[in-house]
Amino acid sequence: MSMLWILLLAAIPLVILAMFSGALLGFAEVRFKVEGNPIADQLNDILPQTQCGQCGYPGCRPYAEAIAAGEKINKCPPGGESTIAAIADLLGVEPEPLDAEHGVEDDVPLVAFIREEECIGCTKCIQACPVDAIVGAAKQMHTVISDECTGCDLCVEPCPVDCIDMIPVETTINDWFWQAPSNNLELIATDRQTVTGEPS
Amino acid sequence: MNLTLHRFHGGIHPAQNKEQSTHQPIKSIPLPSQLILPVRQHSGTPAKPIVSVGDSVLKGQVIAEAVGHRSVPIHAPSSGVVSAIEDRTTSHPSGLPELCIIIDTDGLEQWCEHPNLFNKTDCQSLSDLPNEEILEHIQNSGIAGLGGAGFPTALKLYKTKHHTHTLIINGAECEPYITADDMLMRERADHVIQGAQILLHLSEAKRCLIAVEDNKPEAIRALHESLQVLKVNPAIQIVSIPTVYPSGGEKQLIKILTGEEVPTDGIPADIGVICQNVGTAAAVYRAVYFGEPLISRITTATGDAIKQPGNYEVLIGTPLPHFLEHTGYIAQQPERIIAGGSLMGFTLPELNVPLIKTSNCILAPTTSELPLNDLAMECIRCGQCVSACPQGLLPHQLYWFSKAQDHEKAEQHNIFDCIECGACSFVCPSHIPLVQYYRHTKGEIRTERLAQQKSEIARQRYENRNERLARIEAERAAAREARAKAKAEADALREKQEAEAAATASPDSQIEDLERKILAQQDRVTKAQKSHQAAQEANLDTADILFKAVEKQQTKLQQLEQELIALRNNVTQEN
Repeated sequence: MSMLWILLLAAIPLVILAMFSGALLGFAEVRFKVEGNPIADQLNDILPQTQCGQCGYPGCRPYAEAIAAGEKINKCPPGGESTIAAIADLLGVEPEPLDAEHGVEDDVPLVAFIREEECIGCTKCIQACPVDAIVGAAKQMHTVISDECTGCDLCVEPCPVDCIDMIPVETTINDWFWQAPSNNLELIATDRQTVTGEPS
Repeated sequence: MNLTLHRFHGGIHPAQNKEQSTHQPIKSIPLPSQLILPVRQHSGTPAKPIVSVGDSVLKGQVIAEAVGHRSVPIHAPSSGVVSAIEDRTTSHPSGLPELCIIIDTDGLEQWCEHPNLFNKTDCQSLSDLPNEEILEHIQNSGIAGLGGAGFPTALKLYKTKHHTHTLIINGAECEPYITADDMLMRERADHVIQGAQILLHLSEAKRCLIAVEDNKPEAIRALHESLQVLKVNPAIQIVSIPTVYPSGGEKQLIKILTGEEVPTDGIPADIGVICQNVGTAAAVYRAVYFGEPLISRITTATGDAIKQPGNYEVLIGTPLPHFLEHTGYIAQQPERIIAGGSLMGFTLPELNVPLIKTSNCILAPTTSELPLNDLAMECIRCGQCVSACPQGLLPHQLYWFSKAQDHEKAEQHNIFDCIECGACSFVCPSHIPLVQYYRHTKGEIRTERLAQQKSEIARQRYENRNERLARIEAERAAAREARAKAKAEADALREKQEAEAAATASPDSQIEDLERKILAQQDRVTKAQKSHQAAQEANLDTADILFKAVEKQQTKLQQLEQELIALRNNVTQEN
């Protein structure tokens, strides 16, 4: 009997402590609730904001929310490997190779270009553009503001006369920068011979 | 005269190779038949062409005007006809084309009217004029830093919140091979001194230091002599500084002369110093006293592949092949022409480029003189680059980070403080092209920042668009609701009125009213049928919707007809 009493005596402070901590946690949950979804915000900052929908979601923000909810991280072709690496780093998961089902990473950035003499002014591309980068009005010629175009190519498909091309952005003297020195010079002599196939 | 000189960290002592090009006085070369003038020869916004193809231009006439303060205009260096305004390859390491104005010269060298500042303003001395007016004159004369970076000169002199205590006229010219400033100081020391006086007046500094490396004794002597002859402002001093590369770097020169360091991301003005090149000072003098815009400069032609190495006064826009031809260039295999000196210059990807305002040297070396890049070996962490770096950076660490594309770490190690002087590459025992790595990494970081900015703008536009679409949808829904409500109210009111009217009006008038309504309804039915038919013929998607509309109108018609029959029956029954 005294044994049970001792046990109870030991349990009472524990129960009190548990109740107190529970109350504290419950209060904190309500008082310090974080509005919105902070992980989705951070993911959205990493995504390239092309709003192309190639991931299967209607924009970068919805995809960020989906990743936060457990979606795969390798569905963003415009972001490519670097974006996947950044997301993997943020979430602490292994980076995966880009899912080819959703498209491949472009080597050069593209922008939409409307062949203006062929445009019939149907406004369908304007409605399709996720970033309002096309200007024009019904039965008036449309044109792309190339500085604002993200190259998502969502305007190409709706065009009834196929007058929209995706053209690569050419490097100009303003955005040119030096190439990295080529690495193959740093091989040791014997390796170099194997690479060039010369007999040693 | 007692100025304590300071030392900057590191520095190197490469072979000078300057004497080759100082044997002969500054010469001029014959007028080229064509001049190629890029609209961007300075750092900042490119100038805007204001002439069109076919226009005749006079020497000194503005052909492209400045766009804002961070820009300078371009003047015609000789008289002739504008034969084209098109993209041409220019003196740039990328070899990419940019907009140029091409002038076919007529050989007349006919000047346009070019009053000097005093005639233009009817003033006797600089102190009679507001600084802004003098600065505007300097900007309108197209003067940008002639030392190499091409920063618009007037822009440096506009008043800032910092008080300027020292004006430095940079005649250090520390890079091997280049002697353009040396020869200018030897032959036109008075221009430099007079220019310095104007700049001193504009900067309102307490002192002006003309700094020259002690490997140019003739230049120093010439400056001293001219200082005595001209009896100028005693605040102007000539300072002989020890020869060490890169003492001519702006930040290094400031450190040597004042002991102060320009803060990271800062400019010399932040610590009360303004730096101008000696060539710039001379150009300012010519612009103010003779009204001559910047249409020519002194360019060094040197290297073993040049038969007559020396300094040449060339018109801006002179095609490089013309320049090489008149300096006795012996074609090399492989062909290698370097714009600038051996340490900071770059190999021109194409020879058919013009000389521009910043072309201080054309170096044509033979392979034995300046061997092509050796095979780079692995970094052995010897630390020689650290001892050589004049900015006190850790070049080997920056190299590792650049190679690993670890941009964040590279930025933490202040890669943007690198002045790309090439001292680290010069001392590297493994012959690693270090500067090229840094240039690439800097470019990548800049591109990344731009992409980040662009994606931020795209995100905002996307969010704004979604917000707008939601707002439009909400407005439409509200309007729909309001319409439905108004209709219900109107219907209720009409029914009430009709009921009242029915109670009071005679059956005959009711029948008449209904008949009128039926006629109107018949009209509506035919109209709907017509538009449905048209849609069907054109095979439009709307045909189905229109068909429904026809059905709706027909049912209404039937209802009205039934009402009429019922009413007539009532009347006959009552009778």
